[in-house]
Amino acid sequence: MMEIPLALRGIVVITKKNMRLYYTKPPVLMFGLLFPLFMFFAFFVGRKLDLTTFFPAFLAMMLFFTASSVGPLITPWEKREKTYERLLSYPVTQDSIILGDLTAGAIFGIGISLLVWTVSLFLVPVAVTNTGLFALAFILGTLSCAALGVLLASPATDSPPNVMIFSNLIRFPLIFISGIFVPLAQMQGLGLTLAYCSPLTYLVDLFNAAMSGASVFSPIVDCGVLIGVSAVFIFAARVIQMRNLVKGL
Amino acid sequence: MNAIQADHLIKRFGSVTAVNDVSLAVREGEIFGFLGPNGAGKTTTMRLLTGVLTPDSGAVHINGIDIHRHPLDAKMQMGVIPESSTVYGDLSAEQNLQLSGQMYGMSRALREERIAELLSRMGLSEKRRLPVRTFSKGMKQRVSIACAIIHRPHVLLLDEPTSGLDVQSRRLVIETIRDMNEQGSTIFLTTHNIEEANTLCQTVCIINKGKIVAQDSPERLKKMFDTTQSVEVSFDRAVTRDLFAAEAILRAEPCGDKWRLYTDNPDRVLKYIVGRAAQESIGITSLTTSGPSLEEAFVQITECA
Repeated sequence: MMEIPLALRGIVVITKKNMRLYYTKPPVLMFGLLFPLFMFFAFFVGRKLDLTTFFPAFLAMMLFFTASSVGPLITPWEKREKTYERLLSYPVTQDSIILGDLTAGAIFGIGISLLVWTVSLFLVPVAVTNTGLFALAFILGTLSCAALGVLLASPATDSPPNVMIFSNLIRFPLIFISGIFVPLAQMQGLGLTLAYCSPLTYLVDLFNAAMSGASVFSPIVDCGVLIGVSAVFIFAARVIQMRNLVKGL
Repeated sequence: MNAIQADHLIKRFGSVTAVNDVSLAVREGEIFGFLGPNGAGKTTTMRLLTGVLTPDSGAVHINGIDIHRHPLDAKMQMGVIPESSTVYGDLSAEQNLQLSGQMYGMSRALREERIAELLSRMGLSEKRRLPVRTFSKGMKQRVSIACAIIHRPHVLLLDEPTSGLDVQSRRLVIETIRDMNEQGSTIFLTTHNIEEANTLCQTVCIINKGKIVAQDSPERLKKMFDTTQSVEVSFDRAVTRDLFAAEAILRAEPCGDKWRLYTDNPDRVLKYIVGRAAQESIGITSLTTSGPSLEEAFVQITECA
C-alpha cells in the first residue's frame, strides 16, 4: 500500500524534472513550436483560405506537434547522458518514468496550444459552439499525442537526433492524411482510408465538432478512438521500453 | 537479517548468461567488495541488486524487502552510485541534490540542511550554483555520491566509484565510504582496484564468467591462494642476481631500484641479506617485508575458474 503514494510522488518529481530540463532543448523548440507555426504560414497565409474553417485543424496540428515533441527526446537524452540508470535506481518504476514523460509532454502541448488559442482569439474570428467538447478535445488530444511521443522514444538508442528523425518520419505524414490541409469531407479513395487509420483525424474531427458543430464522426467515436489509441500507445511504450531497458544504459 | 541477500540470481541476454546462479549475503554494517575482471558480470549483478534489471530467476532482498515485489520500498532503503558519474549536466550541483532529495521524499527543510552539509563535505559549496557539465570528472563523481547519500541510506551500492579519479577525489570518495559505514550504512562496492578492496572491505567476493568463484575476508583469500611472502630490499649500489643465491630465496626479481625476493621464510632471508651485505660491504638503504597479495589471489582465482 505504501507503494502507491511513492509511485505518484515519483511521477510528479519526474514530470517537474522533465519540464525543467527538456522544454528548452533545441529539438523541442524546433519541432514542437516553430515547425507547426511554419506549417501554418506555408499553407494558410496568403492563400485566401477561410481561416475560421481551417482553424480547428490548425489547433489540432499545433497540439499534435507540441505534445508529441517532448516525449521522444527524454529517454534517448537520458541514456546518452547516462542519467537513466540513476533514475531507475531511485524509488520509481518504469511506469512512473513513462507517465512522468507523458505528463511533461502533455503539459507542454496543452500550455503552448492554449497560448496559441488565446492569441488567436484576437486575430481570427473563431467561436466555440460546445465548450465541454472543446475542453475534452484538448485533454484527449494532448493525452494521445503525448502518448505517441513516449512511444516514439521507445526504440533502444542513446542518440536523440536519431529518435527525432524517426519521430518526424512518423509524425509528418500524419498531418497530410488527417484532414488538416484537405477537409475529411473532401477526401476519397486511398486518402480517406489512410485518414481513418490516423488518430490525428479524430482529433481534428473532435475540434471541428466543438468549434463549428460540423464533424464527420460522432464525438463519441472521436473520443473513443483517442482514448483507445492513448491506451495502446502507453501499453506499447511500456512493453518496448521494458524490452529495450538495458540497451544504451 | 542480512542487509543484502541475493539467492540464485540468473540473468541471460540472448544466448549469453551474464549472471549464472549468483548467491551472496552482505551482513548489516559490512563493507563488501565485489571484484571481477572486465565482463565478469559485476555491473549486471549490481543492476539486479538495485532493481534496475529483473532477474530471469532468483530473488534479491534489501533489509528483508523483496526488491522485485516491492521495488519502491526496497529502493527507499538504498543509495546507488552507478558506474558513470550519472548526474544531470544542465542542472547545478544544488539542483541535482534537490532532485535526489525529492525522489526520496525528503521535506524541503531537511533537504536544505542536508544539501548544505553535503556540499560542504564534498568541497563544492562555492560551485553549488554552477552547471555540473562545467565540473571535472572528480567533482561530478562527488555530486553523484552526494545524490546517493542525501537520504542517509541503510545500504549504499557503488559501481567502480573511484575509477578514473584523481588522487584527491579518490581519497574523498574513500573517506565518504568509510564515514557512511561508521554511521551504520552497509556498503556494497564493485571495483577493479584490488588494493582498494583490500584496505576497505571486510568481505570480498570474486565473480568470473558470471559465477561467484570465491568469497571470504581479504586476509583469508590471500592465505588460501598464496603462502609466499616477499622481501623488498634496495642497496646503495647496483648488485647482481648472484647476491641472492640462497636456499630460502625462491625467486628474485628486479623492481625499479629495488629487488623483490620471494620466500616462504622471510626471517631467514632477512638474516641472509644483512649478513651478505656486511660481508660484501654493501649498504642497505631500505628493507621491507610484505605478505601475500590479494592481487595474486585474484589472478589465481580468476585464472583457475
